[in-house]
Formats: sequence, structure tokens, C-alpha cells
Amino acid sequence: MSSERSLRWSLTLIRLGPAIILLLLIMVFNLLSPVFLTVQNVSNIVAQTSALAVLAIGQLFVILVAGIDLSVGSVLALSTVTGALVFTWNQGLGGSLSVATFLLTGLVAGFLNGFMLTKGKLPHAFIPTLAMFYAASGLALVLSNGRAIPQVPGIVVTLGNGYLGPIPVPVLLVAALALLAVVLTKRLKWGRWVYLVGGDKEAARRVGIPVDRVILSVFVISGLMAGFAGVITAGRTSSGYPTAGELAELQAIAAVIIGGGSFFGGRGSVAGVLVGALILGVIANGLNLLNVDEYWQLIVAGGIIVFAVELDVLRRYLEGRFRTLQAQGD
Amino acid sequence: MEAERKHTSQNEETPILEVRNVTKRFGATLALDNVSLDLRHGEVLALLGDNGAGKSTLIKCLSGVYQPDEGQVLLEGEEVTIDSPMEARDLGIETVYQDLSLFDNMNVVGNFYAGREPVSPRWLGSWGWVRDGFMSKKARESLKNLQVNLPSAEVEIGLMSGGQRQAVASARAMSFGRKIVILDEPTSALGARESSNVLRLIEEAPEHGVSVIVISHNLEHVMQVCHRAVVLRQGVRVGEAQPTEANHERLVSLIVGAAEHDKGEKQP
Repeated sequence: MSSERSLRWSLTLIRLGPAIILLLLIMVFNLLSPVFLTVQNVSNIVAQTSALAVLAIGQLFVILVAGIDLSVGSVLALSTVTGALVFTWNQGLGGSLSVATFLLTGLVAGFLNGFMLTKGKLPHAFIPTLAMFYAASGLALVLSNGRAIPQVPGIVVTLGNGYLGPIPVPVLLVAALALLAVVLTKRLKWGRWVYLVGGDKEAARRVGIPVDRVILSVFVISGLMAGFAGVITAGRTSSGYPTAGELAELQAIAAVIIGGGSFFGGRGSVAGVLVGALILGVIANGLNLLNVDEYWQLIVAGGIIVFAVELDVLRRYLEGRFRTLQAQGD
Repeated sequence: MEAERKHTSQNEETPILEVRNVTKRFGATLALDNVSLDLRHGEVLALLGDNGAGKSTLIKCLSGVYQPDEGQVLLEGEEVTIDSPMEARDLGIETVYQDLSLFDNMNVVGNFYAGREPVSPRWLGSWGWVRDGFMSKKARESLKNLQVNLPSAEVEIGLMSGGQRQAVASARAMSFGRKIVILDEPTSALGARESSNVLRLIEEAPEHGVSVIVISHNLEHVMQVCHRAVVLRQGVRVGEAQPTEANHERLVSLIVGAAEHDKGEKQP
């Protein structure tokens, strides 16, 4: 029994792994830099991380069904271009048509990803989203002639760059979307199905879950989130930019994995993803403050990804041990 | 003996399930050849046969995975077509496959209600709020009713032993299966002690109002819990017998094809 308790304890510790890593990073940077934990800097970190956090929330849904969405960076860029272009044509209604275009662009791209995967019977989510990665990026460059479009609605600038007291508006947007995602994943039947499809696709089919519709829907959500991230990014730079969001898809995937999402599907939480995004944000900011070369950030991020996935491997091993123990106790 | 007499007296009644002359082909292969079978109310029926005898094909025809090419399936005397697993479930037929269709990342309650989570308000369908409290209460009641003891209903299935997993899958089927529960090799992956728990569940199923079809390779287990055994070989029904010690040898020879066929049964 005591070994059962210690196993349980280790599993809980692993579940808290990402949060512990984040706390350790904060403590270390706080020791090394006096400005790190100032209100100004913390506010900077969360504002800079918000676009990534939104992308990562979308990516979480896809990874929960054991998929991957490589297109979100390009779709983000495309949405800033289409959104900005629509604003140059129509500035009525406070630019709400432009905002709708940001979101609709993401939604359509996400739908196409999911549609190609489920109806086109493509072998893995890697393929349609890789195609979309190229196509969206190309379309963004074509539509903008490869140049920035320095004109976005005031509401977009506010959403990306505004402040409510010391709190950056994009952080409020992240909070709202995260809350919505928590309700979806934890409380609604549809969210339960996302976890079931990720847990075992074949079994999900057998218990009557519309597996293809669930898979399609997570890509729509991921695309929509890329649209929201596009709003934030365009707001921060006050422009539509065809090469915005470069490497953002990989960062989003990293945030999900670091935050305890499993590539095997069926495991991961919104809270974990936010922690994962913050870990990346804190590393970038902290190393910056310490004047460490930017390239080192990439190396540290790489190390943390491996560490996080090793935790997942360790979890599986411990669960196996736990099972054996249960069988002996029967 | 009590039980047996009871079953004989019910012989005259309409069986809960009748399979009439069902044939199923896969390309040139004849997987089921004119197979007939009936399951009586409150009966535990064994379906025996070697690998490739057609047992799995037959139960998949009953659980909506396959549709028979010819023949009929009657549920309580009425012909039914079972086009999908969902339809089978709606008709009151639950199937436990060898892989159990359990979700490792969910706890017992989540697995119990997988795919049919009750929501409120109901008209929202899959966008409704899952009634976790209700689910948890009901699942615990069912487990208690079936006397299935688990360390906790909140433990993830991935952390459970093979016996516990089989117990959960069987209990789920028996709680939701209003009429028939079909079990495919329920004890093949289990040790002796774990098997006895599952066998008890099967034996007591009629008390909970369900009839059972069990596929098994283990004749000892069949003799322990089944009232009757039907043998398939190469897609053909070759005989049936009471699974008793006295009939043991006969059942074995029917399975391997060393025995004369029962009168009126077809040659493979």
C-alpha cells in the first residue's frame, strides 16, 4: 500500500511538473535580475505572450485528438493581411468588418484543414496543415504584395496593445478565451468527446461518437484562435504583415507539450497550456533582461521540451507500475 | 437444476433473440453460412468454435458492425435491422469486445457514460452541460448493484488491472444493456481470481433482467456459467449441447470437427 501511495504521489508531482518548472524559472530570474518581477516587466511578459497563448489554446484542442496544426502561424499572418486589407476598403462600423475578417479567415482555414483531413481521408493531420502552412503564407504574400499594410482599426490596436490600468487588454482577451476553452473542455459533452476521441479513436466510434465531426471541429477552433492571435499581433504592430507569426506554430505546439499535453492525444488542459506559454515567455524575457544572446533562448526552449516530454514518458511508466500493483492486489 | 427447469418451461415462449438463416460473405469467403440461433429470456448462451469459425462475425452482425447478406434477426419476435452500433445499443443490445472499448484517460464514471453522457438542458445535445454528479451517482449505484468492487470510481481506467478493466466494461454493458449483453472472450486475458469475478457477473446477469451470449475458448468457464452451448465451425452451425462435464468431450469434438454433426445440422 505504501508503494501505491508513493506512486500516486509521483504521478501527482508529474502532473504539477510544468507549474513547478515555471515557479523555478521565476525564482531564478528574480534572483538574477532586479527588474524581473516589477509590475512593468510582468505586464510586458504577459502581453508579449498573449498571442502565443491564444494559438496554444487552439493547438491544445487539436493535440487532444492526437492531431497537430502546423498552419496556425501562417493563418495568423494571412488573417492580419485580410483584416488590414478589408479595413483599407471599408472603415465603417468602427472596423468591425475588419475584425470579422480576421476571425473568418482563421475559421475558414481551420475548416479546410479539418475537411481535408476527415473527408479527404488524408493519412495524418500533418499533411493538410502543412499544405495550409504553405498556402496561407503564399496567399498572405500575394494579397499584400509582400509588404506590410500599416492600417488596422482602432479596436484591433486596443485589443493588441491597449492597457486597462496595469493590465494589458490582450491578456483580458486571453483570459476570456481561456475561460471559454475551460468550459468547452471540462464541462460540455462535446469537450468530453474531444478527450474520448483522443483517448481511443476506434472505441469512440464504437460508443457512437461522431469522430469525424469532432476532429473537424477542433481544427475550426484552432483556426479561429489563429484569427484571434492575428488580431492581437496586428494590434501590437498596428499593421497587417504577411510574415507575421513565423515559427509561431512551433511555439504553440511547444507550449502545449511543455504544459503537459500528450502527443498521444487525450491528455492536456487549458491551465497547463497557459503555463506552457508562460514558460516560453518567461524564458525569452528573462534571458533578454540578462543580456543573453537571443539564440540561447531557442536552445533553452529545446531543452525544456525534451524535459517535458520525458515527464510524459515517465508518467506512462509509473502508470504501468501502478497497474501491475493493482493486478497483484486483486 | 432450478434454473434449468425454469428455462425449459420458458421454451415455449418467444426467444428474446432469434437469428434465422443468416449468411455473411466477405468477397469469396463465406464467413457465415445459413446460421440460425436463438437466445431465450434469462439465458446465458455460449458460442463456441475454433478460430475462424464465424463467432466474431456472427456477434458483429448482432451488434451492428456488420449487416448480414441474407437472413433475419428477430428481437422479441419482431424483425429488426441493425445498421449501426448505436442502433444495437438503442435496441438494448450491448457488446463487450476483446479490446473492451475503454478509455484509459477517463475514470470509471467517464467510461461508463462514454458517448452517452447525460446533459442539461437536454435539447442542447452535445453542446449541453455534462451532468457529472448524476453520472457519478448512477455509475456507483450500478457498480454496487452488480457487486463490482473497485478501489475508487474516480481512478483513471489506465491505472487499472486487466481484471478491473474487464469488470468495468462488463458492468457497463450490463447496466445499459436492457435486453442482451454479448461478451467476446471475457476471461481470455485474465488470471484465475480475476476470471472468477467476471464469471460471477455473467452468471448473475439473468437476475438483472438481461440475457447473455458469451464467446469463449475456455470450456471450464463455459460449463461454470452457461446454460447452453452452440458450436460453429467454418461458418456453419454444427451442433449444440448442455455444457456439462458429461458433454465435455462431445463439445470438444464438435469444435475441432471430429464428431458427427447433430441431426438436422448442416455439414460444413
